[in-house]
Amino acid sequence: MTENLKIIEIEVLRYNPESDREPHLEVYKVPFSDDMSVLQGAQYIKDNFDGSLTFRWSCRMAICGSCGMMINGIPKLSCETFLRDYYPNRIRLEAMHHFPIEKDLVVDLSGFIEKLESIQPYIIPKEPRSLEQGEYLQSPKQFSDYIQFTSCINCTLCYAACPQFGLNPDFIGPGAIALLHRYNMDSRDGAAAERMELVASEEGVFHCSAVGYCSEVCPKHVDPANAVNINKTNAARDYFLRFLSPKGGSK
Amino acid sequence: MSKRRPYVRPMEGWWKKNPYFVEYMIHESTALFVAGYAFVLLVGLVRLGQGEAAWNGWLEALSSPFSLIIHLLFLVAILYHTYTWFKIMPITMPPIIVGGKKVGPGVITGSGLLAALGASLVMFALVFWLGG
Ligand code: SF4
Ligand code: FES
Repeated sequence: MTENLKIIEIEVLRYNPESDREPHLEVYKVPFSDDMSVLQGAQYIKDNFDGSLTFRWSCRMAICGSCGMMINGIPKLSCETFLRDYYPNRIRLEAMHHFPIEKDLVVDLSGFIEKLESIQPYIIPKEPRSLEQGEYLQSPKQFSDYIQFTSCINCTLCYAACPQFGLNPDFIGPGAIALLHRYNMDSRDGAAAERMELVASEEGVFHCSAVGYCSEVCPKHVDPANAVNINKTNAARDYFLRFLSPKGGSK
Repeated sequence: MSKRRPYVRPMEGWWKKNPYFVEYMIHESTALFVAGYAFVLLVGLVRLGQGEAAWNGWLEALSSPFSLIIHLLFLVAILYHTYTWFKIMPITMPPIIVGGKKVGPGVITGSGLLAALGASLVMFALVFWLGG
């Protein structure tokens, strides 16, 4: 950061649970260079203006999924969003929508973590194999069935984009359902029927009204809306098949 | 004692805050116009069952200026609904694989719109043909 620094105004939604009744906006004038991300802008504020500014980050390269925030009202990873793209206008940073604000730009993700656990995000083998039997084989075609849904980095931007989640925080939501779909689609997995109970539940896929914004904001092109909507069909099919076969889909 | 006091923001007016949500709300509300038009046709069917006079009355009502304006409104709303319907169609469907490659969202939306256009043209042709 040397010559010819431009100055951009960054407005931040601040909230300190120990002293504030509700969040309020504060403006900072931040000198920046063209290679500076919004995350670096927040870091500049923390280092130079107010050390108590609180936000999450780790990788700085759009892979850890921890730096999500609302940037001018749009859910984005702040490490891959650049200040230069907003200059000379003011830029507004807020904690991700639809989550409770813990402090400043940090939200309470415990509900999301619980949902992640509930979908059993691991392979539950169709048929157990002993070590001697060797590895589970998978064809490139079978691999391509689920690969897209493995790209999720749990950034929860899709939740910040989902009004249905905002209206009912119990909705399992796009990210977790995309991961659920990833395991259901894996040829080695045999727990789709087990997971169906959750898919078809009150908090499940039918809570989605196909707004589609989650897929729009997903930084990893997971297309979570697609996973949710495919599972509406799956749940409906399972429901009707249960009348036909005594085994049915779910328990 | 915990110092935590997570702040939950209100959802009031959420759909006005993002153009994407505004489009979604317009899309959803134009469905009412689709239902409205279906209702007009249904009334026609009922009137047809009530005999020639009733049917002619319905036809006459349709050609009133008020009805023409309403139908223009129907047309605009239903066109918008059709467009946004096919726009979100790609996210609602399982992947379609053609020649080992996934069919892109643009192709799906495009084919949907073409199908809607085709169906409308067939309807027009039928009406003209039957109407002599
Ligand atoms: S689906 Fe996309 S937006 Fe949602 S948590 Fe995963 S990476 Fe983030
Ligand atoms: S800091 Fe890891 S995704 Fe942005």
